[in-house]
Amino acid sequence: MNTFAKLLTGVAIGVAVSVTSFSAVAETPANMLVIAHRIDDVTTIDPAESFEFAGSDISRNIYSRLVSLDPNDLAAGYKPDLAESWEVSEDGKTITFTMREGVTFHSGNPVTAEDAAFSLQRAVILNKTPAFILTQFGFTAENATETIRADGNKLMITTDKRYATSFVLNCLTATIGAIVDKQTVMANEVDGDMGNEWLKTNSAGSGPYKLDGWKPNESVTMSSNPDYYGGAPAMERVIVRHVLESASQRLLLERGDVDIARNLNPEDIAGASKADGVKIEDELKGRLMYLALNQKHPELSKPEVRQAFKYLIDYEGMRDSFLKGQYTIHQNFLPATYLGASEENPFSYNIEKAKELLAAAGVENLEVEIGVREAQERIEIGQSFQNAAAQAGIKVNITVGTAKQILARYRARELDVYLGAWGPDYPDPQTNAGTFAYNPDNSDAAQATGLLAWRNSWDTGGLTEKVEAAVVENDRDARVQMYQDIQAEFRETSPFVIMFQQIEQSAVRDNVMDWSTGQAVTSAAYWQVTK
Amino acid sequence: MALTEDGGKGRARVSLPPWIKTTALTLGSIAVTMLGLLFVTFIIGRVMPIDPVLAIVGERASQSTYDAVFLELGLDKPLVVQFGYYIWDVLHLDFGTSLLNARPVSEDIARVFPATLELATLGIFIGIVIGVPLGVVAAARKGSWIDQVARVLALVGYSMPIFWLGLMGLLVFYGILGWVGGPGRVGIFYVDVVPSVTGLILVDAALDGNWDVFKDAFSHIILPASLLGYFSLAYISRMTRSFMLEQLSAEYITTARVKGMSEWDVIWKHAFKNIRVQLITVIALSYANLLEGSVLTEIIFSWPGIGSYITTALLSADMNAVLGGTVVVGLIFILLNIFSDLLYKIFDPRAK
Amino acid sequence: MAEQTLRAWLLTDTPTSRRHAKLSALYQGWLAFRANTMAMIGLGILLALVLIAAAAPLLAPHDPYVQDLGNRLAPLGSEGHILGTDSLGRDILSRLIYGARITLYIVALVAMIAPIVGLLVGTVSGYVGGWVDIVLMRITDIFLAFPRLVLALAFVAALGAGIENAVIAISLTAWPPYARIARAETLTIRSSDYISAIKLQGAGGLRIITKHIWPLCVSSLIVRVTLDMAGIILAAAGLGFLGLGAQPPSPEWGAMISEGRRFILDHWWVATMPGLAIFTVSLAFNLLGDGLRDVLDPKAGE
Repeated sequence: MNTFAKLLTGVAIGVAVSVTSFSAVAETPANMLVIAHRIDDVTTIDPAESFEFAGSDISRNIYSRLVSLDPNDLAAGYKPDLAESWEVSEDGKTITFTMREGVTFHSGNPVTAEDAAFSLQRAVILNKTPAFILTQFGFTAENATETIRADGNKLMITTDKRYATSFVLNCLTATIGAIVDKQTVMANEVDGDMGNEWLKTNSAGSGPYKLDGWKPNESVTMSSNPDYYGGAPAMERVIVRHVLESASQRLLLERGDVDIARNLNPEDIAGASKADGVKIEDELKGRLMYLALNQKHPELSKPEVRQAFKYLIDYEGMRDSFLKGQYTIHQNFLPATYLGASEENPFSYNIEKAKELLAAAGVENLEVEIGVREAQERIEIGQSFQNAAAQAGIKVNITVGTAKQILARYRARELDVYLGAWGPDYPDPQTNAGTFAYNPDNSDAAQATGLLAWRNSWDTGGLTEKVEAAVVENDRDARVQMYQDIQAEFRETSPFVIMFQQIEQSAVRDNVMDWSTGQAVTSAAYWQVTK
Repeated sequence: MALTEDGGKGRARVSLPPWIKTTALTLGSIAVTMLGLLFVTFIIGRVMPIDPVLAIVGERASQSTYDAVFLELGLDKPLVVQFGYYIWDVLHLDFGTSLLNARPVSEDIARVFPATLELATLGIFIGIVIGVPLGVVAAARKGSWIDQVARVLALVGYSMPIFWLGLMGLLVFYGILGWVGGPGRVGIFYVDVVPSVTGLILVDAALDGNWDVFKDAFSHIILPASLLGYFSLAYISRMTRSFMLEQLSAEYITTARVKGMSEWDVIWKHAFKNIRVQLITVIALSYANLLEGSVLTEIIFSWPGIGSYITTALLSADMNAVLGGTVVVGLIFILLNIFSDLLYKIFDPRAK
Repeated sequence: MAEQTLRAWLLTDTPTSRRHAKLSALYQGWLAFRANTMAMIGLGILLALVLIAAAAPLLAPHDPYVQDLGNRLAPLGSEGHILGTDSLGRDILSRLIYGARITLYIVALVAMIAPIVGLLVGTVSGYVGGWVDIVLMRITDIFLAFPRLVLALAFVAALGAGIENAVIAISLTAWPPYARIARAETLTIRSSDYISAIKLQGAGGLRIITKHIWPLCVSSLIVRVTLDMAGIILAAAGLGFLGLGAQPPSPEWGAMISEGRRFILDHWWVATMPGLAIFTVSLAFNLLGDGLRDVLDPKAGE
């Protein structure tokens, strides 16, 4: 029988030896950028449909737009991209773009005004999730061919009324503004879907990168477009690999298997910053973390109760502990760096004050349910709030669920309290003003499920009209003042407890230069990166 | 194991040639079980409080977008009709399109299943190579230190939360020691390097003669496979031991010993030979369990297998993907059971 | 002295009544069990667990829910926090102690539900036979063919996350093996002379099942349940780990691992301690189950 004991030991030693001989690689190739990121939210990469963070990252690097943001100078706002220049008509309703000459798609086809018109019409007609970004200007499936039209190398778009030009152009920098290759897309049309099914998993752009492949929940690979009109990017290949766990991302980074880790939690950021060859880059993002109080609830709709909740958040305690480095206190619906964003943060953690307000409202033994998405930071914010609320005599029950479970109830106006995050859709203040403080019809029948104010059954107390006025104001300073006023009123009257604004911390190998996740206004860009 | 305990007992009244009857019964029961499996999954999918439409259109969609998708998915039709359509498609080998990544589910399964297959196969291999000899030795030397060690190993294996052990393994062997590859199937530089023939990276790399990829893939798979191997080892070694004990106490063994046969021959040529069929049943069952996709292991190791595929799909209300995955997994489970059942009937002396 | 006589009475070879015989058998089983050190260790751990759960408020050094963001992720052996603190600065030891209640609660509920459902299905199926048997066994097969965790996940996702739903989901996945065991036993018992005799006396099917078949199936089920307990704990922890079990801030052990795994590299103890707790308890159940099997069911293969 000893033979067996020997055999066993032999096997064990064999495994150990063979395993030790595989040591991890030290560095990624010089012309390749490898990114560890969570990309499980990507469900489609058709720019007319794509609406998730990771999907927008893909789109931004594959497609060019009429106007776009420069990753090295985001503060400058939109700049000419496929449109070289533009003019606004007298009545302010028509914008005429002049297309850049000599640009080609990855297929080799030239980029024309016709392609641009097709791309925008297509987005309007398909009417997928992000279509509202365009349809808010009055474009519909019926009038799309008249309101968006090409003439030679000019593209003309006509809105239903006069809007701030910056608002229109800001919207065109969003993912849905991507210009697709009409010929290629229509060649892949099935049952009149305008190539939707095909574009979900393929690309037809003219951007600095072309898509090599997207494997859901695994990876996205791109290679550089040598004919990119702005010059071929330095990184010839970009691989975005789906890595769920922060700890795994950090290990990959520290061992040199990836260049950038994008989803490290505060503890891993702290750990990674001590590792050799790793630097941490902070960018203020547009995402806000907020609590929303359903105004259908008899107690939560009392003004004093709404204010009381704003004192039940341990803003500093959370910022300095489990949110450390990744969120900053922000109590306004416009994210910092947005036009007209207010920097006032009047609320602080004050249980006594909250108790006074609750007493003034005559509220006792309040018990509410809070819906929280299954993300650790949110669960912890929820628990911290639960703890504070308990001290003020409010019993909070946390219901954790996947995004889709909780969201369905939120949209159906069923949750008492929702702990949510909101990211702006395009770099214009209207993106958030038009959802937090705008609700033209508060009835259940309106089904304005896209509006946060509606979801919480809040009629906005007159802010709706002010938001409408601000979006058509063409004088920059006047517009800024209008948003300042709206935010001031919103802080005092709204059922939204806006708590934090996100800071994205990328852990980056120190030879990587000019990395940009797009700050508060857009998504990540790869073409300017060098090593 | 389960199906073997009572295969066919109690229902033997029809007077057709036995093999036709058996075959028909077997096929019939597979069909019924599969149908039931689909039905249960389908119902779960429909009663789940996750809105599949919302899963597709996301948080910001306008109501008109929402309504369009609702109709597109046929959700306005009665449940029975929806189920009928689904079965019809499945019979035509069409599992539909994944709602969440816009690809045919069959394509997804063809991608994720080999990952699970590779992991499970290596896992069961480790389990057999170590578990069987360990069980035999433990039985032959009942009460010896090796028996005690085997017992403790098995007990620890039964009692360990696999996700926790996986985390610790990753921490120690990858994080601290750097002996093995990290999460995922291969390192980033080796992704898509070898042409996918079988979908099993180790096999593909070997076919392609690309030993760098092979090494790298091996360094990634070894930890999760050892983990799964350990859990099957715990089970296999215990079962081997008890089968062997049963044989070793039998009379013919005593006779053989009396005849002066060497202990080695007694154990291997007689006792072990007699437990082969039982053992294969046990192994088939363990293998079936591993092939179901060890959800937690796959999640911890970011292993793109069928377990994590079904789980993700389930939590995102991607019902086509869940149904497709369940059909495949259920079918494998049933087939492996029938396989061991048949084996049992053919080779087991008592069944004859 | 009294003890001695009691012992003698229990160990008698000539029982004076049926009750005496039963007690005597039980006592002899206990003696055999007591001789099994490993099983006794298992039993000891479980008794300790019950005591800890019962006396949680007395034993826990802190309130398991009180947060202290200023003192989060304190290491092992910190002052006042022997096992450190978690992400919100809660005392890990106290949470583990209170978590024992949740574990026991889950185990107890599943142990009540699954075997009873299995027993019911199995005995009816085995006793009645024919179509009933075929239909019930097909249903059992369907449930068996499901990937277990996926089935549990599906149910929890359908019913909503929470301890009770997790218990129901685990029970739903756990009953089929019991049904098979009970059916197999029933088939053996049904054809025995003993049952035929009772039938001749005119006993009805219901009476035979409840009075004569169930009692005979129970011992093998108990063994199986004890052996399965570890699996149940692990399944519950797995659900908790995936965020589908107990809801925050409840100190369920699986959920604690899930919370702690984010810090695994720098603050390993946050995930390690609840992992050890789960391991200890499920090991105890396995030890106990092994011992019980030796006593109650010495022939059993597994």
